[in-house]
Order: sequence, then C-alpha cells, then structure tokens
Amino acid sequence: MLRIEHAYWLTALFLVGTAVLNVRDRRWAHAAFWAVLATLLATGTPIIAAAKAHHALPAQLAGVGVIALALLSPKMLRGHINERSEAAREADALRLGHRLFGPALLIPLVTLLVAVLGGYAVIHGWHLFASYRMTLTGLALACVVALLAALWVTRARPSDGLVEGSRLLDMLGWAALLPLTLAALGGVFAATGVGTAVADLVRMLIPVQSALACVIAFGLGMVLFTVIMGNAFAAFPVLMAGIGIPLLIHLHGANPAILGALGMVTGYCGTLFTPMAANFNIVPVALLDLPNQGDVIRAQWKTGAALLVVNLILMYLLIFRF
Amino acid sequence: MSAVLHYLPLLGVAVVIIGFALRYNPVPVVVLAGIISGLAAGKSIGDILALLGTSFVSERALLLFVLTLPAIGVLERAGLREHARNWIASLRGMTFPRLLIAYLGLRQILSMLGLTSVASQAQTVRPLLAPMAEAAAEKRGTPLDINERNDVRAFSAATDNIGLFFGEDVFIALGAVLLIQGFYAQHGIELQPLHIALWALPTAIAAFIIHALRTLLFARRLDKSGQAGGSIPGGSQRTAADAANDASH
Repeated sequence: MLRIEHAYWLTALFLVGTAVLNVRDRRWAHAAFWAVLATLLATGTPIIAAAKAHHALPAQLAGVGVIALALLSPKMLRGHINERSEAAREADALRLGHRLFGPALLIPLVTLLVAVLGGYAVIHGWHLFASYRMTLTGLALACVVALLAALWVTRARPSDGLVEGSRLLDMLGWAALLPLTLAALGGVFAATGVGTAVADLVRMLIPVQSALACVIAFGLGMVLFTVIMGNAFAAFPVLMAGIGIPLLIHLHGANPAILGALGMVTGYCGTLFTPMAANFNIVPVALLDLPNQGDVIRAQWKTGAALLVVNLILMYLLIFRF
Repeated sequence: MSAVLHYLPLLGVAVVIIGFALRYNPVPVVVLAGIISGLAAGKSIGDILALLGTSFVSERALLLFVLTLPAIGVLERAGLREHARNWIASLRGMTFPRLLIAYLGLRQILSMLGLTSVASQAQTVRPLLAPMAEAAAEKRGTPLDINERNDVRAFSAATDNIGLFFGEDVFIALGAVLLIQGFYAQHGIELQPLHIALWALPTAIAAFIIHALRTLLFARRLDKSGQAGGSIPGGSQRTAADAANDASH
C-alpha cells in the first residue's frame, strides 16, 4: 500500500542526493542544510508518535534540528549554478516542441487521477493507496511518473533528474523552507497563547455578539497579520484560533470549509500590500530593474483592495448560510 | 494571571515585525520569534524545543512540492522555457491586454492544477512576460518612455502574483487548502480538501474579472499617452482613481 510516509521518504532521498552533490562541490552549508532537513522529513512520523506517548526527547532533538536550519539559512548564498547553455536548450526546444509540455502536465493530471479515483484502486481487498492524505501520495507518484516521462521525451540520463532537480532546489535555497517555518510558527503561537491574546484584544474592541463585526474583525485581522508576517499561512492559525473558531464557528455557527477558504484568500489580499512578502513584491523590483521598492505593490494594491471588499461581502453572505 | 503576562507572548509577533523590517533572513527570524514567544509564555527550554520540533514536522507536507523539481529541471534543460517563449511570440494578434489577461488566466488555471512552479518572477516574468508585454504595448506605434516601461514591467510582475495567489488556493493537494485542512484536523474538525478548495473559486473568478478590467484600463491609458506623443502629465504612476482620491480628501 502506498502511504504518505513513502512520499516523505522519497523527498528525503532527493534532499540527501542534493546534499551529496553539494558535498562534492564543497558547499558545506548547503550540504548540511539539506541533510538536516532530510533527517527531519524522514523521521517525522516516529517523532510525532513519540511526542504523543510523552517521550519528549525525539521532539526536542527535532527542535535542535530546526534551530540548526535557522542558523544555516543565512549561509545559503546563491552561488554559481551550472546550467546548460542557452543555445543547446534553444536547439532542443526547436526539436522537441510541444512534446515538452506533456511530462509537465502529467504532474497535475496523475495527482488529480489519484485524488478522484485512488479510493477505488482495490485489488482483492488490497488497497493501492492509503486513504490518509491520498492526494499528496498521488502527487509524489505523479512526480515520479512525470520524471520518467521527461527522461523519455528528452532522452536525458536518469542522473540528470537529480542534477537538474538539485540545481532548482539550490536556487530556491532557504526560501523552500520558509512556508514550512511560518506554518510551524503559527503552531507555536497557538500553543503559547498568542491566538488567545489576539482574540482577547479583539473581544475588547468589537461587539462579539454581532456576526458582522466578527466577520470584519476576522477579515481585516487576516489582512493585518498577513501584512505583518508577509505570509497568509502564518496569519491563518492565529486568527482562526483567536476569532474564527471561538467566535465565528462556535458562537455564530459559521461553516468551517467556507470560512477557511475565504479567510485564506482574504489574507492573500494582504500579501499584495506588503514588502514583507519579499519574494513576490521585492525580488521582482530587483529582477526588473525598477527604481522604487514599492513599484510592484503600487501596480497591484488596487486589485487587492477591490478583492478584499468582495471577499468580506462573500464571507458575510455565505458562511452563515451553508 | 495578570494582564501583562497574558499579552507577553505577543513579543514573538514583535520579533517578526522587527526582523522583517530590518531585512534579516526570515528563517532565523521566524524561529527566534517562536522561541521568544515560548519563553514569554513561561515555558522551559525543553518544552520550547519539543514544541518547535513537533510544530515543524507536523507541517512537513508543505515541503513535498520539491518532488516536482527533478521533472521540471529535466524539461528546462531541454528548453521548456525557450519553447514556451517561441510559441507565445509566434502567436499573431497578441496585444498588451490580451497577453496579460491570457497570462493571468493561464497562471490561475495552472496554479489551480498545482503547477505553481512552472512560472515565477525569476523564471517567467523577467525573461518572458515583461519583454513580451513591453513589445506588445509598443504595438501602439510609439515607443514607451522610461516611466511607462517601468509601469509595464511592474504590472507584469503584479499580474503574475495575482494569477498565482488566486489560483493556488483552489488546488487540492498542496499549500493553502492543505494548511486549512490540517489546522481544522488539529482542532477536531474533519474536512475534505475538495470541499475547501471549491469555496475559493468565487474569489478566483472575482480576482480574474477585477484584474482584467484594470489591465484594460491600463492599456487604454498607455495607448492614449502614445497618441498624445508622450507620458501623461503628472506622472505615469497616477490614474484617474488616484486623482479622484486626492479630490475627495
């Protein structure tokens, strides 16, 4: 049976491969970073199981690993990354044409296939896919299928899969880790009472018996926290624990699925306003040689503001009705 | 518990604000914020390490996207980006608003399918979209002046962001939907990813309509200033809406 753990192990294997390539290039910080991350990924399931059984040591060691990653991140400078010459790529592009799109499209296609039909893949009572997080297991399978198809279409060597994948992974560097780190911070904030502190501040400021006031506080809170943190993923657990679950879901009976979806996209409006979302709003300023740090934000904030109003209206109209 | 102690964990939020404002590397800033917040809540070092460790590995599904990189890398090596550029450039009748609105729609749809990494500011906007947008805008007959060129580039970057954000939220396997599902599961509410994703669709459609309208307005402004033979007086960054805002103050 294919389980989500297999996907984590496969990812860990890829990270180990990247670490080995970095050792060969004497990029020690990169090698250590990917090796530590691979270890955390591969041992995640027993760590959580141990923590649930009140054995704190594995989780504490994982915490040390997270701190090691944080200390290594600033050393992950983007060095020279080998890429095939543009002329060679251009020649291949002319030769292969639209066939290049095929393997890329296999990733979403196979993922969707497993997500929709994976539950029916049963042979003599033996389930091909475990139901827990089946979509993600499907994604991992899709990536393997797409890689095989890409190697077949381009006639590249299998080792090119690791080399090219590692090139992109090194290009991402610590940025690959940031969404995960921010989500983890959300968990820490929730456990240390940041959510309740925010909720209490909000309760002092708004009439909680008014559903409309709660919707507006939740929506604007998502935007404000996203602007502060630069990432709606970090804002979501805080605002949900503070306002979403206690006030909107429990007190006013909001639909959790709609509240979650609309709450997150309301946060995304905030991402369009903030220089803290550096990879979206500041990096392109440098890439495009623009004169002011705020140029990209200036081009997009009106779309964000209009969409924020739309989201607040949708939220108020939908979450109490379904 | 006294009021001050109750609000002390908010120090972690302050660390994030200060760290990001000073442009430190975000990863250590975020981890430090977690540690400070734990100390402020009166937790022991051992508890904080354990909390950090379990919070981190609980969210490890957010890292699975890197599995797409080997396949994409092999395709890039064989000229995936070059082919995409040649193909779009060969399409006739590709005006500035058509190009950007088509890119917006395509980016949204690809993101909905989970193909968020086929495009990005570095991979597509700088080498592909921005030069193509400049060329398409110059089909008005006069070249762009420097302010207009910068506006076109910034607008291209903005279009990529908006297409990414308001498409990704609909994809069921990664990112936002998974975070929402995981969060609710921790709080005892079990939801199907597809159920969450579908409710992000109205916003995705609204984002497309709003930004497409803004693209049309921007294109019309560029065409008008081209006919007038130069930049709009008062700076090309300003729009009619800005002027209206100023008037209302």
